[in-house]
Amino acid sequence: MRGYLLRRLLLMLPTLLGITLVTFIIIQLAPGSPAELKIRASQQAALGEQYTKEVIEQTKKLYGLDKPLHIRYLIWLKQVATLNFGESYKDHRPVIKIILERIPVSLQLSITSIFLVYLFSVPLGVFSAVKQGSASDRLLTLILFILYSLPNFWVAMMLILFLGGGQFFHWFPVYGLNSEAAAGFGFWKFLADRLWHLALPVACLTYGGIAFISRQQRAAMLEVIRQDYIRTARAKGLPEKMVVFKHAMRNSLIPIVTLAAALFPAILGGSVIIESIFSIPGMGKLGFDAILARDYPVIMGDATISAFLTLLGILVADLTYTLVDPRISFGARK
Amino acid sequence: MSSRFKSSSFWNMVWARFKKDRLALACLGLIFALFFIALFAPLLANNKPILMRYQGKIYLPALINHRQFATTDFKTMARGLKPPDFALFPPIPYSPTEYDLMAVLNPPDASHWLGTDDRGRDVLARMVWGARVSLSVGFVAVGIYVLIGVILGALAGFYGGAVDVLLSRLIEVMICFPTFFLIITIIAFLPPSIYNIMIAIGFTGWTGVARLIRGEFLKIRQREYVEAAKALGAGDLKIIFRHILPNALAPTLVIATFGVADAILIESALSFLGFGVPPPTASWGDILSQSRSYINFAWWLASFPGAAIFLTVTIYNLVGEGFRDAIDPRLKSI
Repeated sequence: MRGYLLRRLLLMLPTLLGITLVTFIIIQLAPGSPAELKIRASQQAALGEQYTKEVIEQTKKLYGLDKPLHIRYLIWLKQVATLNFGESYKDHRPVIKIILERIPVSLQLSITSIFLVYLFSVPLGVFSAVKQGSASDRLLTLILFILYSLPNFWVAMMLILFLGGGQFFHWFPVYGLNSEAAAGFGFWKFLADRLWHLALPVACLTYGGIAFISRQQRAAMLEVIRQDYIRTARAKGLPEKMVVFKHAMRNSLIPIVTLAAALFPAILGGSVIIESIFSIPGMGKLGFDAILARDYPVIMGDATISAFLTLLGILVADLTYTLVDPRISFGARK
Repeated sequence: MSSRFKSSSFWNMVWARFKKDRLALACLGLIFALFFIALFAPLLANNKPILMRYQGKIYLPALINHRQFATTDFKTMARGLKPPDFALFPPIPYSPTEYDLMAVLNPPDASHWLGTDDRGRDVLARMVWGARVSLSVGFVAVGIYVLIGVILGALAGFYGGAVDVLLSRLIEVMICFPTFFLIITIIAFLPPSIYNIMIAIGFTGWTGVARLIRGEFLKIRQREYVEAAKALGAGDLKIIFRHILPNALAPTLVIATFGVADAILIESALSFLGFGVPPPTASWGDILSQSRSYINFAWWLASFPGAAIFLTVTIYNLVGEGFRDAIDPRLKSI
């Protein structure tokens, strides 16, 4: 087990290297360096071409942008090896600090979403499979199919329009993580306020996953129900409830658990849009704002940490495999 | 060339099975209808007449740029026409870029069926023209990644060994990429253009196709007819493209159809975030993104383009399911 874990963690390194290298090359090769952007923003261009050029060169030097590409990447790597992601161009705070502030927010969103996805999907899928072919199965399949095709940014807009104080109801806040007065709330009131604020964004991040996992759960369940041991269980006179929940469902969960690995990057990716729409200060919005501002160190830091969290999520999903299926043990695998 | 598809009985069989799925068949029809709308957008939504008789001569201003009418406002002109002169306008007599500052943010009414946006442009006209963006991005982007995926997958599956190990690692790295973040980064750093969007989606989406093709090649390369081709002295390229690939393509069609739906979603998400086609080109995501500023009342700006995206994605997904069931029901896991 420990050997397996070590091997998996080591395998993460080339993946992370690949991701950071590609991101680095894209943002560095693209036109419009932050130095130029900064100069234009401060409107010193009025002072004449020569002066502007000088300032751009100086700023480039200051940020280390005057060196060739591969040297810059190596310098960046060397820094990252000590968990130093540099300073944000915007407010000169250490990137790692900014990201550490944002991680809990994004994790709240994604973990809540994944929890809710499984909470709803497993029973829905099992129900659908047990009632295969019935009217309720077909209706559920149709609803899930529709949910699967709904673009989440549109759903977000519609929720804001209808439930967030558009023309219709004003049931939910559509901005931020807490009410303004939240700092003075007691624990329970704070929690309730937070949940109230998270309701719409979490709903947007969750429904697609529910649609996806329920369909898979239904398919997995149908697969298991056909097995001989289910017939045996029925033949020996076990009550249907026991057959469904103890013999069939447990086994159908095995492929479903690993799907969390696919869900995690999707939810992290989706949060870029959802966090921006609902102004939630998470990793997604951080990355998005940094891209707009050409804040290289923040973009790189955000991409690296997001990728790392994604890989970690995939690893955790693989490890839970051993929990649900004792036949699988990674330690013994060669 | 035509001998390559001698095994057309397979495709006949697939088509016969596909035809039985009435819903999928209807959706395929709708896709053709959408292409029709996109192709004939100039005749459907335009402020120039389709057919006009002016001073005894017949003109087709919507199709041909007549030089003498370069600065003509046809609507004013049409009001002054006396029989037998006439002007036949398209069903939506507005161009997608036609400003009308007297009719800003009008809700749907008799003259603007789906309302107007913040510059008084007709939403329906913009949606008809926006179909061009969505459909072409969907097709070209998927075309690019099918090409990449087929080539890399074929190389990995056919040659095996070190090539396979290398390409499989590459695929693994790509799968862990936070794809959407990467696409936003690419798009944000390149000049805004529809081609960059196609390329960005194309270069990040090929892993699914590559994995599938690799698997098919691994299976097929051991068949007798491949061995026979080899014994007859056929070169690698000939074996790959003439003997194996045609037999490996069917499942790719399924992935590609689902892929078009995904690409349309990504394009509209990018436009929604402001990274889409440059203005004043209309796209569905772009109209939806305008609605963000007027979400308090402008329900028509948010509802209609979102519904267009959703319905397009849904019909592509339904056609994809139809293909999948017709080609090979065992592909359910894609």
